[in-house]
Amino acid sequence: MHLVYPAVLAALLFCTGLYGVLARRNAILVLMSVELMLNAVNLNLVAFDVWLSRTAEDKLHSGQALTLFTIAIAAAEIGIGLAIVLAVYRARGTSDIDKLRDTAEGHETDGPDSDPAGSDGNEPPAAEKAEATA
Amino acid sequence: MTLAATAATATAPLAATHTHGFLSPTGVEIAFLLVGLVTFGAALVTVTTKQLVHAALWLVVALGGIAVEYLLLTAEFIAWVQVLIYVGSVVVLLLFGLMLTKAPIGRSPDADSGNRWAALTVAVAAAAALVWVVVDAFRATWTDLDGPAAGSTAVTGASLFQNWVLPFEALSVLLLAALVGAIVLSRKSKAESSSPPVNSRPATGSSPSVPDSRNHTIGRKGAVEGNGPAGPNNPTEQEGAR
Amino acid sequence: MTTTTLAVLVPLLPFLGAAAGLLLGRTAPGFVRPLAVLPPLAALALAAIVAVRQGGEAAVDSATELTPTGSVPVELALHIDGFAALVAVLVAFVATCVQIYSTGYLRDDPRYPSYAALVSLFTSAMLLVVYSGDLIVLLVGWEVMGICSYFLVGHYWETPEARAASVKAFLVTKLGDVPFLIGLFALATDAGSFRITEVLSTVEHGGLHHPTLIALLLLAGVAGKSAQFPLHTWLPDAMAGPTPVSALIHAATMVAAGVYFTARLLPVFEASSAAMVVLAVMAAVTMAGSGLAALAQDDIKRVLAYSTIGQLGYMTGALAVGDRGAAVFHLLSHGAFKALLFLAAGVIIHASGTNSLAAMSRMGNLRASVPDAFWTMTVALLALAAIPPFSGFFSKESVLGAAEHAATEHTSHIPGAAGWIVLVAGLLTALLTAAYATRLWLLAFHGKGVEAPDHGRQPVAMNAVLWVLAVPSLALGGLAYRVLPDWFDGRDLTPTLTTSVLGTGVALVGGIVTYGAWRHTTALAARAPMGAVAAHPEGDAGLVEAEAIASHTPAYGDVASAADPADPGRLLLGPLHRHAATGFHLDAVYGALFVRPVLAAASLVRFLDREVVDTYVQGAGTLPRLLGAAVRRAQTGNLQTYVSALLAGTVVLTVAVLLVATGA
Repeated sequence: MHLVYPAVLAALLFCTGLYGVLARRNAILVLMSVELMLNAVNLNLVAFDVWLSRTAEDKLHSGQALTLFTIAIAAAEIGIGLAIVLAVYRARGTSDIDKLRDTAEGHETDGPDSDPAGSDGNEPPAAEKAEATA
Repeated sequence: MTLAATAATATAPLAATHTHGFLSPTGVEIAFLLVGLVTFGAALVTVTTKQLVHAALWLVVALGGIAVEYLLLTAEFIAWVQVLIYVGSVVVLLLFGLMLTKAPIGRSPDADSGNRWAALTVAVAAAAALVWVVVDAFRATWTDLDGPAAGSTAVTGASLFQNWVLPFEALSVLLLAALVGAIVLSRKSKAESSSPPVNSRPATGSSPSVPDSRNHTIGRKGAVEGNGPAGPNNPTEQEGAR
Repeated sequence: MTTTTLAVLVPLLPFLGAAAGLLLGRTAPGFVRPLAVLPPLAALALAAIVAVRQGGEAAVDSATELTPTGSVPVELALHIDGFAALVAVLVAFVATCVQIYSTGYLRDDPRYPSYAALVSLFTSAMLLVVYSGDLIVLLVGWEVMGICSYFLVGHYWETPEARAASVKAFLVTKLGDVPFLIGLFALATDAGSFRITEVLSTVEHGGLHHPTLIALLLLAGVAGKSAQFPLHTWLPDAMAGPTPVSALIHAATMVAAGVYFTARLLPVFEASSAAMVVLAVMAAVTMAGSGLAALAQDDIKRVLAYSTIGQLGYMTGALAVGDRGAAVFHLLSHGAFKALLFLAAGVIIHASGTNSLAAMSRMGNLRASVPDAFWTMTVALLALAAIPPFSGFFSKESVLGAAEHAATEHTSHIPGAAGWIVLVAGLLTALLTAAYATRLWLLAFHGKGVEAPDHGRQPVAMNAVLWVLAVPSLALGGLAYRVLPDWFDGRDLTPTLTTSVLGTGVALVGGIVTYGAWRHTTALAARAPMGAVAAHPEGDAGLVEAEAIASHTPAYGDVASAADPADPGRLLLGPLHRHAATGFHLDAVYGALFVRPVLAAASLVRFLDREVVDTYVQGAGTLPRLLGAAVRRAQTGNLQTYVSALLAGTVVLTVAVLLVATGA
C-alpha cells in the first residue's frame, strides 16, 4: 500500500483534533479532540512500523510498542483529565474553558498560576489549568 | 529523503506483482481509503456538532474506524487493544464526564467558543502544510502488506516482553499514579464526605454541598457563580464523585 | 620667642578658639564665653608685642614653601612692616572689645556659641590678611572673611531681611573678587612670585607689563570689599546683622581690608596714573553720594553704614593721591570711633526697643536711660565730624592735606586732577558728615514725647567696652600724628593750616545748619506721631534688635526711611530726599540690569527643561508604555487563543523552514 494513505489520513485527523481543541467550549469536548489527535499519532506510528518492519530496518517494532504505550498513557490521561474537569466543575459550576480566565491581565489571582498555554499543545489538560490542585 | 529512496529500491522487486500509481490502487488501498473517509467524516462531526453527547458517539465511530485501519495495516493486536481501551473505556469515561458535568442534552448553541475562526485557520493551514510535506516526502514509498502479519499478537508480545519490558513496567507505575491521582482529585472534602455508606442516601443528600475546600476557589469571582448551581447537588452526583 | 613665632601665633590663636568653639559649643556651654574672649585678648597682647618689637623699623619677613606648585610658587610668608603691625593691633583690639560686648548683647541667644566661633574665625582671617606676605595667603584670608561675613550677617536668619542681606553681601563682594583674583594672577605672572616684596621690587624695576589693567582688576575687588561705588550696595543692607558684627566687620576691619591691601601694594597702583584717577573719581562719588544718603536714612544703623562708606571713601581718596600713611592713619582712628558708634547704637536700640530715629525722636528721656551710650556716642560723633581735638580731626586733616599737596602738584607721579577731585569731594563730605552726625545726635538724644520704656540697666560688658573705645576716639589722633610717620612711610601727617581751617569751618557750618533745621521741624513731631517698639523689651539686646529690624518695614513702609515730617534731613535735602533714601536707586538699577535678566533666564531654563527636554524623556517612556499596554491586551486568559497563536506561529515557521530547505 502506498504509504501516503495512512500518513495523509493521520495528518488530517490530527488537524481535525487540533481544530477541536482550539474551538470547542466545553472541556470534555476538548478532551475528545485530544483523543483524536492521539489516535492520529498512533495511526502514523503503526503505519510506519509496518513499513519499516517489512524492510527489515526496525526489528524492535518500536512503532507498535510505542502505539501501545500511547494508548495506555492516553487512558491514564483521560482519567486524570476528567477528574480535573470534575473538580473545576464543582468549584465553579461550569466546565466552560472560556470562563477560566485567571491568567488574564488584570485578573486577581491568589496562588501560583500554572503557566499560560505556551507550554505544550499536544497533551494539555488545557481546560483544567485553573489551579485545581490536589 | 534517503529513507524514501531506500524504501523505493527495496520495494522495487515487488513492483512486478503490483502496479503502483495513482490510477490503479489495490483493493487494500481502496478499502483503506473508504474507511478513512468514514473516519475522517466522523471526526469532523465530532468536532463540529452542537450536541455534546452525539459528539461522544461520533467519536466512537471515528475510533472504530481507526481500529479497522489498523486491521487493514495488519496490526491486529493493536486494533483490538484500540477497541478495548479507547472505545471501551475512554469513551465511557467521556460519557460519564458529560453526565457528571451536566452537559446539556440536545443542541447547545454555545458549544463552539469565539476562537473558532482562528482555530479553523490554524487547523487548515496546519493540515495543508502537513499533507503537502507528507505527500512530497513519501511519494514513492510503498508498504508491502503480504506475508506474515507485522502486528500479530505473537509478534507484538514477543517484541514487547523481550525488548520493551522496562518501559512496560514504567507504564504500569504510571497507570498506578494516574489511578491514585484521579481518586485524590475527585474526592470531596472530609468535613462533608466522611465516607458515608452507599445506602445512607438521605443523610448525605440533605447536607448542602459546599465546594471542596481543597479547591480553594471559594470567595473568588468565579466561585460565586459556582456556588449557586453547585448548591443543590443531588446525592447521586455526590456518590458518583467519590 | 622670636617675633616671627609671635606673629604666627597672632592669627593662629583666634583660629584655634574658633575651632574649639565650633566643636565644643554644644557639649560644653560653660566654656563658650572664655573661648570667645580669651583668644582675641591673647592675640591683642601678642600683636602689641610684635608691634613694639617691630617698632617701625625694618619689616619682619619670613617665608616657607609648603609644596611646590609647578609654576609660580605659593609660600606661607609674613611681611610685617609698620602698617601691618599697627593695623593688627587695631583689629585685635576691636575684636576683643566686640567679643566682650557680645557676651552681654547676645546673652540669651541660643546660637551664641557658633556666633562667637565665627567672630573668632573672622578675626583670625583678618589678622592673616594683615600679616600675610604672600598674595595667595592673603586671598585665603580675604575669602574666609567673606564667608564669615555671610554667616554673621545672616545671624538673625529668621528675619527675611537678614537672609536677603547675607546673600547680597556675599554675591556683591564675590562679584568684585573674581576680577581681583585675575588681577592677582596677572600680577604674579609678571613678577614671577606671589610674595609682596617680590611684586613691589618688580614694580620698582618697571617689570609690570599691563599696569592699568592689573590695577583696575585689583580695584574691582577693593571696591567690593571696601564698599566703594559701584559695589557698595551691600553694606547698608548688611545692617540686618547683629550690631557687634556691624561694628567689627563692617566698620573697623573687613571693609578696611580693601584699603589696607591697596596701601600695601600702592606702588602697583601708582604705576598707572589712569588707575589713580579712576580711584579718585570712585572715592569722590562714594564720599558725596554716601553723605547725602546718610542724611535721609531713618534706621540708625543705616546712617552709620553710609557713614562708613563715606569714611572709606576718604581712605581711598588718600590712596588716590598716593599718601598711604594718611589712609592708614584714618583707618586706625576710624576703626576706633566707628566701632564705638556702632556699639553705642546697639545700646540705644536695646534701650529704646527700636532702631528708627523717627521713633526715638518721639521718646522723652532716652538720654537719661543710657548715659554711658550718650556720652561715648557724643565723643564718637565729634570724632566723626572731625572736630578738633578728637582723633577724627587729625586723621581727616591728614587726608585733606595730602589731597591739597597733590592738587597743587607737589607730589611726583600723581596727577593733579586726582588731587583736586579728592580735595573738593572731601570738603563737601566734611560738610555732609557733620550734618548727618548732628542729625543723628539730635534725633536720638533730644527727642520729646512719651517716656522711653524702662528696659533695665544695660549689661556691664556693653557699657564698659564703650568707655574703653572712647579713649582712642578722643586721644588717638592728637597723640599719634607725630609718632606715626616713623611707622609709616615717613611723610608728614601734621594737619596743614589751610585745610584745617576749611575743613573745620565747613563741618561747623554743616552742624549749625542742621541744628537750625531741627529746631524748625521738631515742632511738627507732636503732630505726626509714629513709632513702634520691640515686643520683648526684657529680652537681650540681640532679640530686641532682631525684632526692630523685622518691624521696620511693616511699621514705616520701607526698610531705610520713614515718612517723618519732623526729620530735619527732609528739609535739608529738599527734593533729593526721596532719592537719597533709596541710595539713589542703585539697587533698582542693579535689579533691572542683572537680577531680572538672571531670573528670567532661570525661568526660561526651567521651562525648557520641563517642557522641552522632559517631554522627550517622558516621550521615551510613553512609547514603551503604550507598547506594553498593547501587548497586555493579548493576555486574555483564554487558553485556546494562546494555543492557537502558538500553533499558527509553528505552522509559519515550519513552512518557512521547508521552503528554505527545499531551496525555494
